[in-house]
Amino acid sequence: MIGLPQLYALAGLVFAGWAMATLRDPHHPKRALGFGFWGLMALEFLAGDAIGDLGNGLILLALVALALAGAPGRGRPATSTPAERSASLTARGNRLFLPALIVPGVALAGTLLFPRLPGLVDPKQVTLVGLGLGAIIATAALLLWLRPPASAAVAEGRRLAEGVGWAMILPQLLASLGLVFALAGVGDIIGALAPLAIPDGSRLAAVLAFTGGMAIFALLMGNAFAAFPVLMGGIGLPVLVGAMGGDPVVIGAVGMLAGFSGTLLSPMAANFNIVPAALLGLPDRYAVIRAQWPTSVALWLFNSALIWGAAFR
Amino acid sequence: MSSLPSLWPLAGIAIVIAGFALRANPLAVVVAAAFGSGLGAGLGPIEIIAALGRAFHQNRYVSVPWLLLPVIGLMERGGLSEAAAALIQRTRAATASRILLIYLLFRQLTSALGLTQIAGHAQSVRPLLAPMAEAAARRDDPALDEAGANRIKAMAAATDNIGLFFGEDVFLAIASILLIKGFLEGAGIIVQPLDLSLWAIPAAVVALLVHGLRLWRLGRRR
Repeated sequence: MIGLPQLYALAGLVFAGWAMATLRDPHHPKRALGFGFWGLMALEFLAGDAIGDLGNGLILLALVALALAGAPGRGRPATSTPAERSASLTARGNRLFLPALIVPGVALAGTLLFPRLPGLVDPKQVTLVGLGLGAIIATAALLLWLRPPASAAVAEGRRLAEGVGWAMILPQLLASLGLVFALAGVGDIIGALAPLAIPDGSRLAAVLAFTGGMAIFALLMGNAFAAFPVLMGGIGLPVLVGAMGGDPVVIGAVGMLAGFSGTLLSPMAANFNIVPAALLGLPDRYAVIRAQWPTSVALWLFNSALIWGAAFR
Repeated sequence: MSSLPSLWPLAGIAIVIAGFALRANPLAVVVAAAFGSGLGAGLGPIEIIAALGRAFHQNRYVSVPWLLLPVIGLMERGGLSEAAAALIQRTRAATASRILLIYLLFRQLTSALGLTQIAGHAQSVRPLLAPMAEAAARRDDPALDEAGANRIKAMAAATDNIGLFFGEDVFLAIASILLIKGFLEGAGIIVQPLDLSLWAIPAAVVALLVHGLRLWRLGRRR
């Protein structure tokens, strides 16, 4: 059955390709660092199962150390010149948009079709498998259509990956921090402290402590999912639902959305807020957060008011 | 107050706040925070490294979308960004505001149908949305400087996030809805995912209005 292991192997091969290409790039200023960075990622994805928890932890520490030393660095992967791109545009016109539809199309088709073919694809991972399959099909189609040198798929991927830089591993690392926090009991402590912040009997204060706690905790953890059990268990259920008779459906559903406002402000939500800034080559690491904070604050106010006004009828 | 737990495990949160305030490298901040909370909770250094390693390994799926980088790079090699800019040059009605507004609506509607993976920062913002919005802004304001162009690109990424965040919960089989349902069930409260997702609709509408207004003003400011 095709599932995450095959996807991880594919990703490992891509990382290995970038490692080899970095090693062979004479214009790369930090060749050894870049090779080590992509090589360790390949090792983690290809052989992480066999390495064990401590070994994977040491790989992680080595990746962070390499990143602090300047990995992966930026080489000079071969790409097309502006003139070649203009010529390609003249020759191919708006058909250049068609390949952009392959990945979403295959991911969509996979999500709908894989569940009808039992035993072929892990039913829990249909979308991610569809995404991976879409990437393979689109790469093959583009290589056949554009006829670049065979190494272009690796070179073009590396060009973008080096643009993102060390931020590539930040989302996965932050997800790992969440597990260590859970192990250390951070959520339980916040849940025990949160009710102390509420004056007795004030519904508005209790609602604001709940939605504000959701937003702040989501901001700190980079993730409203981690905040929800803590705040719902600490304030939502015992105070808003239990003592004040609020509707758990409204409080749960809208409370989660109040947490999303915190995620939109959080540098810890790297894949939404930090990686896009790197992917778009923005000089300010927090540019995306700066662009979305007014919307985020307005929605937090609205969701707080919605719970206050609609959950206690 | 005697029932208060030890506060030392919160050391990691303090490190996160200090680290981001000082603009330290986030990778170093995360590792330091893991050690801060772990040691504060009485774990040994080896245990902490192993826990980080296990979690890093389990969370590999977070990095799967990087598989799309070769595809995007190849499309750019063929001139996709130039094609997007040329299309915008010809379509004067397509202002940066309108492009982002239409994308916001598209992202909210597709996310509400559960199709969260068909667009995103790698899938659509970098290859299509940001170049189109930037080209439109430059066409309508030839004096636009680099900082202004960067603000447009950042707004493109922000628009993707807001469309996703305030669209996906309208779909009843999304992870956050299932998390709410599961948590309430654990507390003995049975709710239907449909009821939860209906309560995501007001915020989805307000997100469209608030962010839509901001996008509209983006075009008026110049």
